[in-house]
Amino acid sequence: MAKIVAGIATSHVPAIGVAMDRGMSGTPYWDPLFKGYEPAREWLAKLAPDVAIIVYNDHASAFSLEIIPTFLIGVGDRFPIADEGFGPRPVPVVLGHPPLAWHLAESLILDEFDMTIANEMQVDHGLTVPLSVTCGQTAAWPFPVIPICVNVVQYPPPTGARCFKLGMAIRRAIEQFDQDLRVIVYGTGGMSHQLQGERAGLINRQFDTAFLDGMTRDPLALTRITHTEYMREAGSEGIEMVMWHVMRGALDERVAEIHRHYHVPASNTAAGLLILENRGPA
Amino acid sequence: MTKPRDYESIPGTYVYDAERGRIGYALNMFCMSLNKAENRRRFKENEAGYLDGFALTGEQRRTVLERDWLGMLRVGGNIYYTIKIAFCDGLTFQDVAGMMSGLPKETYAQMMLAGGRSPEGNRYKDRTAGEIKHG
Repeated sequence: MAKIVAGIATSHVPAIGVAMDRGMSGTPYWDPLFKGYEPAREWLAKLAPDVAIIVYNDHASAFSLEIIPTFLIGVGDRFPIADEGFGPRPVPVVLGHPPLAWHLAESLILDEFDMTIANEMQVDHGLTVPLSVTCGQTAAWPFPVIPICVNVVQYPPPTGARCFKLGMAIRRAIEQFDQDLRVIVYGTGGMSHQLQGERAGLINRQFDTAFLDGMTRDPLALTRITHTEYMREAGSEGIEMVMWHVMRGALDERVAEIHRHYHVPASNTAAGLLILENRGPA
Repeated sequence: MTKPRDYESIPGTYVYDAERGRIGYALNMFCMSLNKAENRRRFKENEAGYLDGFALTGEQRRTVLERDWLGMLRVGGNIYYTIKIAFCDGLTFQDVAGMMSGLPKETYAQMMLAGGRSPEGNRYKDRTAGEIKHG
C-alpha cells in the first residue's frame, strides 16, 4: 500500500530560482533565505520519498487564458521546463509517475473531484522552484513528481475548504494504491505578497505567522479564510496560500512541525517554509 | 448586473476577475505570445507592427507602447502576463512593482528590505482616502 509520509509547504518565488541558477545564493541578500532551507534539504534527503505530489500554480506558462483548469493533474512520464519569457530555467526535466498519477486521476474523479487530465504539459517556476530549494542543484531530481496544478490567476481560485477536501481525497486515493510507495506532498505559493497595483510590496508578517501556526494547531480554521481576506491581508497574490490546504488536507489530523523558516524579502515576497510529519488521528 | 464585490474596497489592487478577464483577453494573449523567443525578437524589432497582429483597443496599445504598467492593469492586463513585456525590456518583477507603486527603484527596494509595505492603513480604500502608505 502507498502512503503519505510528510508534507512540505514552501513559497515558489521565481527570483529564488534565478538566484540559484546564477550562483547568487551565497550573496548577502540571498544567504539568509537559503540558510533556512538547509535543514529541509537534509531532512528530505534522509526521508528519501519514492514520489512527490507537487501542488502549484502555473503562471501563464503551460496554460494561458485560453483554457483555465481549476484543478489539473499531470499524468505524463515527463514534464519539460517552460520558457516563461526569459528562457527556460537550466534545471533537469521533471519525470512523472504515470501509474500512480492515473490511479489518482481515476480515484479523484470518482470521488467527485472533477480533475482535468494533462498528458503533456510544461512546468514553470511554481513547480521547479520548490524542487530546487528542497533538493538543491542536481543533474536529475531525486524522485518522480505528480504535478497538481491549481488556478489562482483568474479569480476566483477554488476555496481553501475545497482545496483541503481535495487533499483528503488525494490521501484516500494514495492509500488505495497497490504498491509500497512513500509519498510526500508539497503545497506551494505565498506567503504574503502583492505584485501589482499601487499597493505592490505588501507584506503581512502577523498574518503569515498565524497561518504557519494554524497549519499545526487548527488547520480547519484556516480553511475558512475568504478570498477577500487573503487579498486584503496577505496581498492579491497571497491568495496562492489556498494551495497549502491541499497538502494539509492530505496529512493526519495531528501533525508535528519539524522545521519552519520565514524570510522577508525574497524580491517582493515573504518566503515561508514548513515541514510537517504525521502524528495520527485527533 | 452583478453586485459590487467586497474586494473592490481594497486600495491599489486590480483583482483579475471576470470583468477584467473579459476586457483584457486580447491584451494578455499578446503578452502570452512573448513566451516564444522568436516572438520576443519580432516584438522588439517592431513593437507597433507586432501589436497589429492582436485585437487590442487603442488604449491597450498605448499602455503597452508607453510601458504604462498601471494603465495596463486598468484595461484588463494581468500582472503575470504584462510582466512578460517587462522581461523583454530586461526588467524584473521588483522593478515593475516599484514603478506601479510610484516609488523610485531604490526606495522600493529599501522598503522591501525593511519588511515590506505594511498592511496598516492599506486595507480599505475609504480609510486611506485613495492614498497608499509606503513602508
